[in-house]
Amino acid sequence: MKSFGGRAIVIAAVFLGITVFFVPIFVKNLPSWWKNVLPSEGLRLGLDLQGGVHLVLEVDVQKAVEIQRDRAIENIKEKFQAEKVEMISIHLIDEKSFGIQLAQEDQTAQVEEIIQKEFPNLTLPITDSIDIDTVIVSFNEPYVTLVKDSAIHQAIDTIRNRIDQFGVAEPIVQRQGTDQIVIQLPGMKDPRRAIELVGRTAQLEFKIVDTSPFKSASQMYSELDQWIEEAGLTSLSSPEEISSALQGKIPEGSEILFSSEVDPRTQRRSVSKPYLVKAIPALTGDLIEDAAVRIGGQYNTPYVSIDFSKEGATIFEKVTGENVEKQMAIVLDGTVYSAPVIREKIGGGKAVIEGRFTTDEARDLAIVLRSGALPAPVTILERRTVGPSLGQDSIQQGVRATLIGAASVVLFMGIYYQVCGLIADAALLLNLFLILGLLSAFGATLTLPGIAGIALTLGMAVDANVLINERIREELRLGKTPRAAIDAGYDRVFWTIMDSNLTTLLAGVILFQFGTGPIKGFAVTLSIGIVTTLFTSLFVTRLIFDGLSQKWSTVRI
Amino acid sequence: MMLEIIKPNTNINFIGKLKYTVILSTVIILGGLFSIISKGGLNYGVDFSGGTLIQARFSQSTTASEIKKGLEPLNAEGLVVQNFGGGNNSEFLIRASGLPENLEQFSDQTLKLLQEAYPNGSIEIRRSETVGPKISASLRKKGFWAVALSILGMLIYVTWRFEFRFGVGAIVALTHDVLITLAAISLKGIPIDLSIIAAFLTVVGYSVNDTIVVSDRIRENLRKLGTRDETGVINKSINETLGRTILTSGVTLLSVLALYLFGGGVIQDFAFALLVGFIAGVYSTIYIASPIVLLFKKKKK
Repeated sequence: MKSFGGRAIVIAAVFLGITVFFVPIFVKNLPSWWKNVLPSEGLRLGLDLQGGVHLVLEVDVQKAVEIQRDRAIENIKEKFQAEKVEMISIHLIDEKSFGIQLAQEDQTAQVEEIIQKEFPNLTLPITDSIDIDTVIVSFNEPYVTLVKDSAIHQAIDTIRNRIDQFGVAEPIVQRQGTDQIVIQLPGMKDPRRAIELVGRTAQLEFKIVDTSPFKSASQMYSELDQWIEEAGLTSLSSPEEISSALQGKIPEGSEILFSSEVDPRTQRRSVSKPYLVKAIPALTGDLIEDAAVRIGGQYNTPYVSIDFSKEGATIFEKVTGENVEKQMAIVLDGTVYSAPVIREKIGGGKAVIEGRFTTDEARDLAIVLRSGALPAPVTILERRTVGPSLGQDSIQQGVRATLIGAASVVLFMGIYYQVCGLIADAALLLNLFLILGLLSAFGATLTLPGIAGIALTLGMAVDANVLINERIREELRLGKTPRAAIDAGYDRVFWTIMDSNLTTLLAGVILFQFGTGPIKGFAVTLSIGIVTTLFTSLFVTRLIFDGLSQKWSTVRI
Repeated sequence: MMLEIIKPNTNINFIGKLKYTVILSTVIILGGLFSIISKGGLNYGVDFSGGTLIQARFSQSTTASEIKKGLEPLNAEGLVVQNFGGGNNSEFLIRASGLPENLEQFSDQTLKLLQEAYPNGSIEIRRSETVGPKISASLRKKGFWAVALSILGMLIYVTWRFEFRFGVGAIVALTHDVLITLAAISLKGIPIDLSIIAAFLTVVGYSVNDTIVVSDRIRENLRKLGTRDETGVINKSINETLGRTILTSGVTLLSVLALYLFGGGVIQDFAFALLVGFIAGVYSTIYIASPIVLLFKKKKK
């Protein structure tokens, strides 16, 4: 057994070390020298305690692959033109492969050579296709994985950028599994706004309105409405459905999009007027350099002004020059926001997006346009919002329950075991101190179940002391001296205490793996509590007993 | 004066009552099973069934049926309205298991309808949770495996530290505790969500403590007194540790009771599950885990 003094020094050092981590919890304005050298984070509160929004998004990585596939097809078309290879059609097979039907079947070998040489990401899978004139082309697996991976990373970067610009303190944006992203926004009150901010693809496109099948622009709306109604569809039908139903009526290369209007009664956006626009955009949002909220116009309403990059400005000037007197639809994520008539060629690389926004809407739109579009659409799988008032109540109730629980345990131990009970009580308070200190040291997040975990740990921690005290009593009954009874008591129950605590720790670790958010907080405090319990009950109380037993001739336990 | 709950040399014949205790436990578990079946399967919360949960506070007191009436236009599938946290009938949980077409609109529409139904009072949405089918399916799977894995982990640990038959006794007892807790939860109408799974795991982790302490004593006494009269040794061991068992579980229950009574609505169901599970844990250590140790030895002979 190590010397009494040696153990005392070790224990004192542990507590002193923990105190350092403990300080930031209570001292808010730490001196700068402290922040430079010592921990200053303090305890972090979970979303369930401080309020906020928790989201789980799924990135449509398949869509990201599809976008790359379509881009590859465009490149192949260009290459074939240069190499004088004639093809009849390209048909899509799945998100990563397609078939090229050639005009002359004897060119297949040449095509295969071009693809192998010029397109390293594409492979020519062996198929049992009987079409001798068709070449099947597919992305190779490593490239598909790369595209999916970078889509997730890019999405995380973009979302983080948007959140930073919006201004949320201590947000969390993390990848989860293969294609999910977890987002935590402490203090965010409006979940709908949070979703608009992080969940919007923000693909901005400028498309020229195609009025060629109609006598005038005003006729476009009524005729399109009529066509859609005749086809048995509504403005809520999917664009693909409408396009295929109206095939033949609408010119090749054009599509129907709808505008979004604010319902003055409910203040919510709804889909309404149809537009026929050119499918290929004249300009896209990736050529934007800056976007800002302005207020003005006829009704002094907020709008978003955008500045194009140099390249964007050149294209914009050219497109507007070529389409004077036509309408230019400003399309965000497939919805027309406005479609002003181009009066003259517009130089200078500036444009505005109007759409009867509220100030918040305009501000959020400017943020998402500045941060750029998401590489693929996202869907929301999970959404949890806790209001700040509930968080406050939870803290109050959690702390109160813990204090009442701890007080009754302390009282009970003091009455039942008297002096030895007071030793156990001292261990209990030190235990609480250690748990909070370690939580702070690990930068762990305290949640409501986490507070419950602390209350529970304090109740369970007593087990070790009860085991020890009961055992010492038994040994005393056998007629041993206090000194010998204490030694025998601690030695006999050491492994019992280890075993029973390690099993609980095992459950805690499994829970940590399984749990999310608040539950993880419970697993953390439970596990930390077990470690501190082992320390305080086996080492700290032993030291106190040893110290006291040197003065005792008889002991009552 | 020294306080003692259990006098030394107490000798209660625990093992002899095995027949009755098996019947008692079976009746409770079957009762729970019956309650689960009669309610149409396990009552999953939004975490596991998917759907939306809204916690709303009203400035006036009202009733669940009145709120339900106000929400009729929603046509929500599996709409359940429950009083939350007891008290003055002003706070309610609104759950819908069937997912509306547009998740985002559900809570907005709910708030709008509530405001129409209660034009004179203010309504605060204090919490809203929406879980899609993909997440809930994965949480269900993970939750089941977490509980199963923890029980298996205990079997391995106890077998490693003691003997296989102690391990078997431990996991039969643990499964018993989880089933009893499940029965109580079903009878009380508490939905199973993440916090209940956390409670199950805690029950597993805590209940095995008792089993270990008693097993430890059985092993010690078997070494001291020999294996001729195993029934007697096991009975003696249970009696010797009885004081400790009652004391620690009593003290732990004090903490859990404090959580149950004062921890607020969010923690209440969790604390209830712990309360039942811990009591079942003490009972099963004495009446189930230890007799099973005996059964196994007898079969071997």
